[in-house]
Amino acid sequence: MARGVVVSATNGKRRELWREIVRRRWAYVFISPFYILFLGFGFLPVIFSVYLSFHKWKGLGPMEFVGLKNFTYLFGIGGKAFWQSIQNGIILFFMYVPIMTFLALVLAVILNSKLVRFFQGYRTMIFAPYVTSMIAAGFTFGLMLQQKGGLFNTFLNMLGLPGVPWLEDIWWARVSLCLLVTWGWLGYNMVIMLAGLQTIPRELTEAALIDGASPVQAFFYITIPLLRPVILFSVILSTMGSFGLFNEVQALTGGGPMRATLTTMVHIYNVAFGNFRFGRASAQGYVYFALIFVFTLLQLRYFGREE
Amino acid sequence: MAILLTRVRSLGVRALLYGLLTFIAVFMMLPFIWMLRTSLMPQGEIFGSPPILISRNMSLDGYHYIVENGVLRSLWNTFFVAFSTTALSLFFCSLGGYGFAKHHFPGRNPLFAFLLATMIIPGAVTMVPTYVIMTKLKWLDTFRPLIVPGVANAFGIFFMRQYISTISDELLDAARIDGCGEFGIFWRIILPICVPGLTSLGLIFFMGAWNNYLGPLIYLRSSEKFTLPLFMMQMTGPPGYSLYREWMGVAVLSVVPLLVIFLFFQRRFTEGITAGAIKG
Repeated sequence: MARGVVVSATNGKRRELWREIVRRRWAYVFISPFYILFLGFGFLPVIFSVYLSFHKWKGLGPMEFVGLKNFTYLFGIGGKAFWQSIQNGIILFFMYVPIMTFLALVLAVILNSKLVRFFQGYRTMIFAPYVTSMIAAGFTFGLMLQQKGGLFNTFLNMLGLPGVPWLEDIWWARVSLCLLVTWGWLGYNMVIMLAGLQTIPRELTEAALIDGASPVQAFFYITIPLLRPVILFSVILSTMGSFGLFNEVQALTGGGPMRATLTTMVHIYNVAFGNFRFGRASAQGYVYFALIFVFTLLQLRYFGREE
Repeated sequence: MAILLTRVRSLGVRALLYGLLTFIAVFMMLPFIWMLRTSLMPQGEIFGSPPILISRNMSLDGYHYIVENGVLRSLWNTFFVAFSTTALSLFFCSLGGYGFAKHHFPGRNPLFAFLLATMIIPGAVTMVPTYVIMTKLKWLDTFRPLIVPGVANAFGIFFMRQYISTISDELLDAARIDGCGEFGIFWRIILPICVPGLTSLGLIFFMGAWNNYLGPLIYLRSSEKFTLPLFMMQMTGPPGYSLYREWMGVAVLSVVPLLVIFLFFQRRFTEGITAGAIKG
């Protein structure tokens, strides 16, 4: 008896839910394109990728089941390039992200302080590289960084300094790549921080200055802590950016010399479409995903802990 | 503010600030200037000390070369892909954003959370299987793989949901009472109100599609379908002959349209990229 009441109650609820769904059918129609496309070009690839990562496949012909070989392979001699690319990502991250983030912040504070004129002009010029194709910019940097007769070395020579092997030396190639990436992304980070600064009431820093804090103190003890979420956002984006660099690398260094600028994205692309090792590329895609995930969590814990 | 001004008004500090800003602004402009200059320079004068900005022998020969090699076709392809991606994405993203912002339906919150969660999947994971799927669909060497998968993307729907949720419900209810259907409301009321937001988002989509390199690299095969970045990477001259002048010509063609658009719509553009960062 009691059970029958419960069943009819849930039946009633279900019927009501169904009626509600039918009544709101238009909403489902409106949001459906995303889910349909995701099914085909997001969900299906993610699952298919797991399947591929356990197989050896060259893109044509039969697939061969190889178990965990594509993963264990990474811990042998064959995984060297992959780990090198991860290491490169970490090195590149530490080479440009702190400098670029700090510079973006300083520029944003200067432009926000109303101490300088031509605010619009400076902002436009610093931001313009962001809309530029990194392929085009990479070629241009390659031209300017030529060891013999390139613009940069010619300048150095005119100052009486020796030229630099910008693209020929392991470390200088990384510096060059960082120059290009900073050129492209500084303005983006600056604009984001400018928008963040505009959410901080001006009175806060002014009160501190009246109480005798120096502008530098106000910057470090008021502006930076209040801007923490925005800074965190920009650093996390740059983390994914440094492992995922692709266009910049392809156009400027091609990953060399001696894989010094080979990023993980370029490496996985090479494995997949250079060597047609679809299984290995899928496995490495997942390991890459896991590593990025861990890096991001670490950053959230380290920088975001006070929230 | 007064104290700050007196303290920092000292000429030295201001000179330092201007110095830093100007140095960085020059560094930012230099590649553009060098690109344009090199695209006009005769081969023999591209390198050399001291570097020269202007030469008597400047000509459009580099542009003749790339036009003869089909750069205009490539420019059109780039425009076509960027324009169709933008138009379709704006339609489907604002439609989805409208669905989430103005309708209460069972499962709305979990569905939206799921949509946001999909954004963490990196392209490196889906790159290979998506290629296989495109092969099965026989979409290789067409523009479809570059356009279709992203037309209803999570970022755009999120962005438009934020934008549309600021529109008052009374307006929509009034339209409903007047007998306007749900799609009619979207088409006649939501879209016109959203023009500023659509402009911001459209600029981001257009830029992304215009500068996309990985997609065309994977999916396009025949040179008459190449977009500009791919055209530039694939262009090689006779052996031993450096194509720097010609490459820079292609670079100029791929950079200038976006710079012009950016200068016209600068405010909308920065609104677009900051909206995602500050709210998200």
